[in-house]
Amino acid sequence: MALEPGSPGPQSVVARPSAWGGLTAILDTPAKRSTAIVVLLAVMIAIPLLPLASTPYVTTILINALLYTILALGLNIVVGYAGLLDLGYAAFFAVGAYTVGILTTTFGWTFWEAIPVAVLAAMLAGLIIGGPTLRLRSDYLAIVTLGFGEIVRITARNLQITGAASGIFGIEQPWLFGWHIHTQTDFYYVFLGLVIVGILVSARLASSRLGRAWLYVRHDEDAAEAMGINRTRVKLAAYVIGAIYGAIGGAFFAVNFTAISPQSFSFQQSTLFLMAVILGGMGKIPGVILGAFIVVLGPELLRDLGSFRYLVFAVGLLLIMLFRPSGIWPVRSR
Amino acid sequence: MADALLTLRAVTLGFAGNTVLQSVNFDVAAGSISSLIGPNGAGKTSLFNCITGFYKPQQGRIDFAGTPLVPLKPFQVTRTGIARTFQNLRLFRQMSVLENVMSGQHCRTKAGAIGAILHLPSQQREEREIRDRAAACLRLVGIAEEEWQREATTLAYGHQRRVEIARALATEPKLLLLDEPAAGLTKGEKQELIALIARIRDERKIAVLLIEHDTGLVMTISERVSVLDHGLMIAEGTPKEIQSNPRVIEAYLGAEDAEAALAL
Repeated sequence: MALEPGSPGPQSVVARPSAWGGLTAILDTPAKRSTAIVVLLAVMIAIPLLPLASTPYVTTILINALLYTILALGLNIVVGYAGLLDLGYAAFFAVGAYTVGILTTTFGWTFWEAIPVAVLAAMLAGLIIGGPTLRLRSDYLAIVTLGFGEIVRITARNLQITGAASGIFGIEQPWLFGWHIHTQTDFYYVFLGLVIVGILVSARLASSRLGRAWLYVRHDEDAAEAMGINRTRVKLAAYVIGAIYGAIGGAFFAVNFTAISPQSFSFQQSTLFLMAVILGGMGKIPGVILGAFIVVLGPELLRDLGSFRYLVFAVGLLLIMLFRPSGIWPVRSR
Repeated sequence: MADALLTLRAVTLGFAGNTVLQSVNFDVAAGSISSLIGPNGAGKTSLFNCITGFYKPQQGRIDFAGTPLVPLKPFQVTRTGIARTFQNLRLFRQMSVLENVMSGQHCRTKAGAIGAILHLPSQQREEREIRDRAAACLRLVGIAEEEWQREATTLAYGHQRRVEIARALATEPKLLLLDEPAAGLTKGEKQELIALIARIRDERKIAVLLIEHDTGLVMTISERVSVLDHGLMIAEGTPKEIQSNPRVIEAYLGAEDAEAALAL
């Protein structure tokens, strides 16, 4: 699989327009940018208040799209920024969900006490898996992460503490300063907040010393090393930060559904997350968000087609990849 | 040599039975300009790769300012103060000229993920410093400010060579290794390169070691010249001594590089 973002394309005079992928060229003044942000935020906040959109069905689908956005943003740091092919990203999602599930049900912790532990557990898992494998060529990482994803799922299926095949249920929904987060609308806003923080973190990382180092290593490992960059360390940072996104997504997923089971963390999940990243345009934040929404909303919009919908959806994806191999975003600005 | 910055002693390198470097002894003095010449396939770039940690010699010692280099990885060698350019241009694609040069500052700075996420004052200050130092390196090599935001690989060839030198300078080296810096340059650009190398040494006190086939350029600029042939260091001396050394002339005539020998 080509991890470099497609063919070199037309030689542009202006260099890579950052992780926003061409958006900064369209919204070229701070005024335009803040207007766009305000409008977008207003729409996102207003959606559950509109009578047409406020059905539980629509809200649930949107929550799912926002959850996928968080995970795609995290995976984008690994795949899009650092160029590492991770085929087992659902493992970190599972680590986050199960840690919160176990600590809140079996041990009676609150959600807010459990979430730092979930993040630490995912970071530790990232270090254990990434530490030895990231020294090798990235092809090996794909194989190891594929195995890791399956090991986590199979372990969860077989351990008593993870509830074996039936999973964990009755996970208590959290309180936040007297606000009991329990309706779908509540969770919609929580996930929207998480997405906003996720975008901000991702954008700031992209334009930092670490973010540049990811690109240097992705483009030319030897040249990067000759510039004094420790490639293993830089890749590990991407992998672990990706793991944190996965764990946070998993933790909130667990309290939203109040029940988790091994099926939620299958290889198919990992491929869907990866699809969201590649489809929208690796390394570009707007593209990744678009990709996440397409992966979630696509099958829902085709619901009338019954069991044919996945076939139609798959053909659609193939066509997109055929005609836009480096992702949908950016829409060519010139 | 008493004031040697870099010393190689009995460095031997082989690949699958082929000896590439045979017990090479070699010194570079602090603040000097020296050249490594030799016919194609003599092992010059392999020697660079041994110094910079890309190849591990089977035998011998390489010391840089008192630090043994052989156990170090390439990124660690760069941190000790050795920077290099590549024979074939290796600029980072899809990144601007400035971003390319900023890569050199990575090993001299330390802001991590937390600083970047929170935009801590120390991280913001460091970002400005990285930019300023990269800009200073670009000015030194003479790349005009209009070109800084352009995609590096779209610049004219000669300019890309200079961006590569700027990128190496951004690592703040004590020794700069240039692998065929004049390859593909026009006559005028070669003159500019000679002036640039002198400026790097005089203004920044950086020792420069170059591999170069253009003997005219080598003889003009170098204080010391070393000649490598079939992995053996066959001569070392001032340009004048090298030009009249019978072993050197033989090595060049023996090789297909007769033209180079005539130029000597």
